[in-house]
Amino acid sequence: MAKLPAPQDLLASRPPFQGEHWLDIKPDFVPGGFCYPAKKETMELLHMPNPHEWDPAADDWGLPENWEQTICDAFAERLEKHRSLKLFMDICVRCGACADKCHFFLGTNDPKNMPVLRAELLRSLYRRDHTMLGKLLGKTIGARGWDKNVVKELFCYAYQCTECRRCSLFCPYGIDTAEITMIVRELLHEVGLGTHWIMDPVKNCSFTGNHLGIQPHSFVEIVEMLADDCETVTGIRPKTPFNQKNAEILFITPSGDVFADPGIYTFMGYLMLFHELDLDYTFSTYASEGGNFGSFTSFNMAKKLNAKMYAEAERLNAKWILGGECGHMWRVINQYMDTYNGPAPANMILPVSPITGTTFTNASSTKMVHIAEFTADLIHHNKLNFDPGRNDHIITTFHDSCNPARGLGLLDEPRYVLNAVCNNFVEMPENTIREQTFCCGAGSGLNTEEIMELRMRAGMPRGNALRYVQQKFGVNHMACVCAIDRATLPPLANYWAPGVTVSGLHELVANALVMKGEQKRTMDLRQEDLPGVEEDESAAQEGEGE
Amino acid sequence: MFLSLLLVLLIGAVAWAGSAVGFASLFGVALPYLALAVFIVGMVCRMAYWAKSPVPFCIPTTGGQEQSLDFIKQAKFDCPNTRIGVFVRMFLEIFLFRSLFRNTQADLVGNNGTGTVYYSSKWLWCFALVFHYCFLLVFLRHFRFFTEPVPFWTTCLETLDGVMQIGAPRFFMTGGILLAALLFLLGRRVFNEQLRYISLVNDYFPLWLLVGIVCTGVCLRYFDKAEIAMVKIFIMGITHFSPVSPDGITPLFFAHVTLVSALLLYFPFSKLAHMGGIFFSPTRNMANNSRRVRHINPWNPPKQYFTYAEYEDTYRDVMAEVGLPLEKEPDRAAE
Ligand code: HEM
Ligand code: SF4
Ligand code: SF4
Repeated sequence: MAKLPAPQDLLASRPPFQGEHWLDIKPDFVPGGFCYPAKKETMELLHMPNPHEWDPAADDWGLPENWEQTICDAFAERLEKHRSLKLFMDICVRCGACADKCHFFLGTNDPKNMPVLRAELLRSLYRRDHTMLGKLLGKTIGARGWDKNVVKELFCYAYQCTECRRCSLFCPYGIDTAEITMIVRELLHEVGLGTHWIMDPVKNCSFTGNHLGIQPHSFVEIVEMLADDCETVTGIRPKTPFNQKNAEILFITPSGDVFADPGIYTFMGYLMLFHELDLDYTFSTYASEGGNFGSFTSFNMAKKLNAKMYAEAERLNAKWILGGECGHMWRVINQYMDTYNGPAPANMILPVSPITGTTFTNASSTKMVHIAEFTADLIHHNKLNFDPGRNDHIITTFHDSCNPARGLGLLDEPRYVLNAVCNNFVEMPENTIREQTFCCGAGSGLNTEEIMELRMRAGMPRGNALRYVQQKFGVNHMACVCAIDRATLPPLANYWAPGVTVSGLHELVANALVMKGEQKRTMDLRQEDLPGVEEDESAAQEGEGE
Repeated sequence: MFLSLLLVLLIGAVAWAGSAVGFASLFGVALPYLALAVFIVGMVCRMAYWAKSPVPFCIPTTGGQEQSLDFIKQAKFDCPNTRIGVFVRMFLEIFLFRSLFRNTQADLVGNNGTGTVYYSSKWLWCFALVFHYCFLLVFLRHFRFFTEPVPFWTTCLETLDGVMQIGAPRFFMTGGILLAALLFLLGRRVFNEQLRYISLVNDYFPLWLLVGIVCTGVCLRYFDKAEIAMVKIFIMGITHFSPVSPDGITPLFFAHVTLVSALLLYFPFSKLAHMGGIFFSPTRNMANNSRRVRHINPWNPPKQYFTYAEYEDTYRDVMAEVGLPLEKEPDRAAE
């Protein structure tokens, strides 16, 4: 990986707008500017259309003979399938309200990263083939035909959009460029163009159940190790139920939290919480991936990967599913799962918290509850003992992940939990949080190393907001409810606000959780010494019943 | 930008000259009929075209807290989960431009320009709202010409609109404000770099067209004063499908009518169709209740996935090794 320029140089190097009309500017593929292409074998294994070897930096992308027809037909088909697409192609007034809402535009100043122009790349093609005026007047009114450079351009900008939907929030008609990006990615897949960092996890999730392709026995062993670590910290070894039939709850979380620091601490948090509650639950090695890289590929691939959840709930005869902290996983669960693969199997029932008796009526059809909802409810009913003082060494802020914020509306549950488990919680500035939150800069399958500079640019708005609270309030920690964030935010924080650590919500929950019969905690889940353990005795009593 | 200005001027000039040399019926009678027909049929077709495609997924953009636990306050209108909530959300979008109200402007600050601020920026919202409402009011005021007797509400509007009591005939505020708002919207496109870059002929054209309509309208009222009595008789002739002779009416009137006709003709084939489109927007007009109510996708493809049985077949031995429960024990698991 090339060395990154300093933040101020990064921003100073954003080029000004060029004089030329955007229709005349060709995309540029320099190393560091694009994600590596998917491997031919991967695409073959997944039965993707037109698998082939190709190189984005090369002139010829090896498109199939009839590529133009293929894409045009696919586009026409999508128009018939999605009202959103037709509408979004027709009614944009180019008011520009969405322009400076996109983190990619703010970080690169590339005009084609303004959501409106990103959509216009496809709209210009729509005009020629699907509108009367476009057919008649052509380029004068921004219509153009397909050529290979157009395909390249679409690829370039469909993979500089993290499908975060921030633009859609501000658009007076709700035009969702994320929706357009999803469809453009589908079109590109029709001619065999995809990226390695998305398709490899898709393959792994499909065939082994998790995105690294870890086989079941290793998966179990890793979780056992994490349970051992819990024991080191608390003196209690949480149980690790796998593939158990007839458990009340099937728990599914992104597999990233099993493998990667700092997600593993969140995973340990789940283990400890469930153990403390004596929850009747099970993990599954088959449906061990909550995240859904299929959703970065095509609607159908998302459906395919998601299908395992209900299939496994049915096989294991679980009553309902509890879902861990993850962003795009929850977009899929909230807005797509029931449609894709529902109705939920007959053995599943309306989710009821076995601890508090609360019915989650908002999940009555999908039968799937978010862990932040579950935990907030426990706290509200005083079912957990906390010593928030154990989190006193951090001053934390909270990063709303795009999907829970703008595709689910999960904003206050994690804050409710956070306020209960730590004493120092500071919000970032108003226009960068909640439904207006900025992306981590690397969602939707862009968190790959080869585009690190681009990621840091796209992470600029988030990074700046973080640095602002770091400087002003001494914030040294950022909590989030997303596994991708836990992978993407540490480098972002390191770059934009060095010294800020990142964790999931349930790591902080478990840090503060007073477990029955636990040993005196001298370290946090990361096995770092808790500062001032001695003085904390009294605070611990106060903290009880929070 | 100049291209579209020229085009509008050309349309106006042709109509003006044409009706001056005796083609007034063409511009004053035939064209409006045609335009109205195209507008109505065009908009209906456009909406039918949208409606023909299904909404396969429930994809509202959640603009606030979802409905979940009792003690967590839902943003009822920014993240509605009921029909009433959606109705209010749509109402706010259509009548108050709710989303545009959120608008911010990003700027770099700080000693080496690495801080970002997001100023609340309500100008676009303000002028867009003013423009649309003034347009609506001006449109409603025109019923004075279309109906006999003049409805009471039209007279009320006129009184309100002329409340400043300046000049004779009384100056209508809406006309002036409409022009100001249009010039602001045009000015944005010219002076804001981002907007200049994204603007197409298709964006300038409607704005110039509207400017043209407003200007000719204002002229008719205050400068090249049209003989209102004659105009009214002429228009009533049209609305009753028995057109009368246009003789004696100023050609400027026909320029005005022609520009309005051009707007109607252009409307269904352009971005102006947003008037109908906004009602269809799935990110706004759906309830965030997809975990409570199953949304149906009419083209939902069949399920196809790597099943548990296939999975166990692939990994049975290693699964047995770590003691995972199995559906079918491997032969040597008996040991
Ligand atoms: C249901 C009715 C309507 C709604 C809710 C609506 C809403 C909007 C909104 C939110 C904008 C974006 C803000 C802006 O750029 O000004 C806009 C733009 C615009 N609207 Fe409407 N509109 C409606 C009807 C109409 C009608 C009947 C016209 C007829 C002339 C019209 C003409 C325009 C124009 C020309 C623009 C673009 C302004 C620009 O280029 O900057 N709208 N509309
Ligand atoms: S905010 Fe919406 S209407 Fe305005 S330019 Fe962006 S996509 Fe188009
Ligand atoms: S979805 Fe997000 S990344 Fe994509 S264009 Fe909109 S704001 Fe930019």
